[in-house]
Amino acid sequence: MTEQKTIDTAKRAFMKAGASAAAIAIAPGVSLYSIGAHAATGPASSAKRWGMLVDANTDEGVWDIAVEACKKEQGWGGGNNPATDPQWIRKVSIKDPKTGAKASLPVMCQHCDSPPCVDVCPTGASMKRADGIVLVDKHICIGCRYCMMACPYSCRSFVHEPVSGQKPHMPRGKGTVESCTMCVHRVDKGQNPACVDAVNATGSQAMMFGDLNDPNSDISRAVSKFVTQRIRTDLGVEPSVHYRGI
Amino acid sequence: MRSAIKFLSLAILGLAILGGGLASPVNAGEVPLPNPAKAFKGEQCVEPVDVMRRDHMTFLKHQRDETLREGVRGNKYSLNECIACHAVKSPDVAGGKVRTLKPFCAECHAYAAVSIDCFQCHTGAAQ
Repeated sequence: MTEQKTIDTAKRAFMKAGASAAAIAIAPGVSLYSIGAHAATGPASSAKRWGMLVDANTDEGVWDIAVEACKKEQGWGGGNNPATDPQWIRKVSIKDPKTGAKASLPVMCQHCDSPPCVDVCPTGASMKRADGIVLVDKHICIGCRYCMMACPYSCRSFVHEPVSGQKPHMPRGKGTVESCTMCVHRVDKGQNPACVDAVNATGSQAMMFGDLNDPNSDISRAVSKFVTQRIRTDLGVEPSVHYRGI
Repeated sequence: MRSAIKFLSLAILGLAILGGGLASPVNAGEVPLPNPAKAFKGEQCVEPVDVMRRDHMTFLKHQRDETLREGVRGNKYSLNECIACHAVKSPDVAGGKVRTLKPFCAECHAYAAVSIDCFQCHTGAAQ
């Protein structure tokens, strides 16, 4: 084993400084190196718990709008193999066979509090942020697809085909697993996920996004006011997507 | 006689070295040194050039983990900022119609036999 030597760049800079001091020091306090101010935001805090409330008692047309908004925002869709193409969010129709009552709802990553996908990941690529958003770190995802098998909601997809034309905020590549990110790039800027904004833009109140930990948030008030359900609560994974009318 | 031969061989050796030096003033046959394009905008990177050349991979790797896993955004080092300044037009990418970072990185990476390619997943295109 050879130990990698770190280069002392400060020492080099000092050696150079003697030669170029006259060039750099224009006036006291004035430097040629002007580094722009970088206003960093974050890190994500466990004080927040992002969640969604979906009202299935609504015109089912809005779910198509939500799916299309997701495709447009994140750059998936458009493949020719429906069985294997990535699918971050899908419209599911259900029917009660006894009463004949029908409903339609969008299903995407449920951003579980105890995510099985994170439990099974052999590399640590599947991870949960402090604020509850479950993500895939594609830098270290090896594409084994254990998480896809572990997910009770079948919400993860494997990228089988080469990808091009990715969005700057959403790198995607063949051989990795991906799923709904709850539009983490928008949430970190204080915006709603793209699907929620698209549904709201139609004047519908069918999707709501917010902080479930904040008792004064709209979503917390709605969840405390109406009876909501989450899918497969029997598994104890504590999903953060709530549904009404299913 | 022996000294004459020694002198002659030394003279020939000297001529050979001199001739070799004159015949290849620009290191013919060697891989040319990389010559990355100047930044599209601005004169000053986020760090001095020698620091960036040596440590850009460390900066990017540390910050990618902070951003993805911890949710820290807007820090000093960013691949998108690299693209904003250093993306270049190249006939190899999209027929030279868009500015993209890949040829800029490849200039040195090809020389140094670096195989990492961020652009299998990240878009290198300037927006």
